[in-house]
Amino acid sequence: MGPDKNLLERWRTTELLLLGGSAGSFKLLFQMVKLLPADLGKTVIIVIHRKRNFFSEIAKLFAENSHMSLREIEDKDVLEKNTIYIAPANYHTLIEKGGYFSLDVSEAVWYSKPSIDVTFESAADVYKERCMAILLSGANQDGADGMLKLRNSGAVTIAQHPDDAEMNEMPGAAINNGGAWYILHTDEIFKLLHTQ
Amino acid sequence: MSDTSIVITSTQITELIDLVRRVHGFDFAGYTKASLKRRVVRIMQLKKMEFYDLKHTLVNDQHFFQYFLEEITVNVTEMFRDPSFYKALNLQVMPYLSTYQHAKIWCAGCSTGEEVYSLAILLREAGLSKKSFIYGTDINTEVLREARKGIYSLRSIKSYAENYQFTGLKGSISDNFTILYDAASVHNELKQNTLFSVHNLVSDDVFNEFQLISCRNVFIYFETELQERILELFYKSLCPLGYLCLGSKETIRSDAFKRKFKVINHKENIYQKIGT
Repeated sequence: MGPDKNLLERWRTTELLLLGGSAGSFKLLFQMVKLLPADLGKTVIIVIHRKRNFFSEIAKLFAENSHMSLREIEDKDVLEKNTIYIAPANYHTLIEKGGYFSLDVSEAVWYSKPSIDVTFESAADVYKERCMAILLSGANQDGADGMLKLRNSGAVTIAQHPDDAEMNEMPGAAINNGGAWYILHTDEIFKLLHTQ
Repeated sequence: MSDTSIVITSTQITELIDLVRRVHGFDFAGYTKASLKRRVVRIMQLKKMEFYDLKHTLVNDQHFFQYFLEEITVNVTEMFRDPSFYKALNLQVMPYLSTYQHAKIWCAGCSTGEEVYSLAILLREAGLSKKSFIYGTDINTEVLREARKGIYSLRSIKSYAENYQFTGLKGSISDNFTILYDAASVHNELKQNTLFSVHNLVSDDVFNEFQLISCRNVFIYFETELQERILELFYKSLCPLGYLCLGSKETIRSDAFKRKFKVINHKENIYQKIGT
């Protein structure tokens, strides 16, 4: 079964794609980075939990396999189209009204820095219905509050189907709190991202 | 964790900034708004306050303002955060500092002092303890009091041990502390050449001339215009060929300042003042 019409329409018009993942999401994110075309016409932000002091390797690995231009976020970087941004380890990433990033070293959220909640919540403030978020596998609850805030602001929110997620707690939390508008199987997510 | 039910608007943030400036004389207008908003929401959650409560309390309760200031300005810090930075400083900057008769160092936005003591350890390892002096400044008197004490929880010191290992310095981080039960107190020899005092980067001016200024993970909270104003302050506060260290994700972007500073280490954002 393909993605529904409304979802496809929203995907076509969305300006910002947010991807959040933790344990068990690396492979999926890697495949997504490989899949997205150079001329996607959207901005992509990836927030993935990981141990600090190993951060630059992920960005490097992703960059080598991405058609889109890809970079790890630095303070006050401007959000550009056709670019994938990776949230740096040991910082929270926020989006400012002027269309640029700011970083923050404050307390970890759900033991995580970067926190998916922090980035998703600030995206909800700035992008509202102009963005789409996908929450993938993970073993904690980070991202669920952010998904709810996004959904309440008019954004499309998608949780990976818990049956497909290597660790189902994270997408499960977003389903339980009502933050997930759509619950999609992994192949459906890929089909959606593949749609021009 | 966040409470999705608290919603405040940008207009309310502006209102709050105005109020704090008028009543307490602190100007947060140049701070990045998304981060500021998050801090304000956090205070409202922790204190279970509505927006009007917050405003009312800010006007009428001086003690609350101290708390507000502490919460608004992020005081999360570690010793030897970004070990590769300290490694670079040791290799690329220490040899030059050793050529000065006296090395004055300014750690701007020092919070509870972890970075000041990290620098003090680095200077000692480079054999520069005797001729160096570190000034730690912050806008917040409460964190400075903690910094002066130099007492940290044993648990936090343990978490800095990994950072320390990555710096390539000899020995272990605990060599610098006297440990009693669950507290670790910085050795006096490291405290000797330090001074902690209040300085507000937004409103205060040059107070000395320095061979090195370290201001790491402070610019992330400032908008570009304010960053540039403070870069000017740092430029004026540095001796010719003095060094400026920013956080590992903070770069000098403006062309005017790119001409005034030479990049010493691109990845770690270590700069050197050039020209006059």
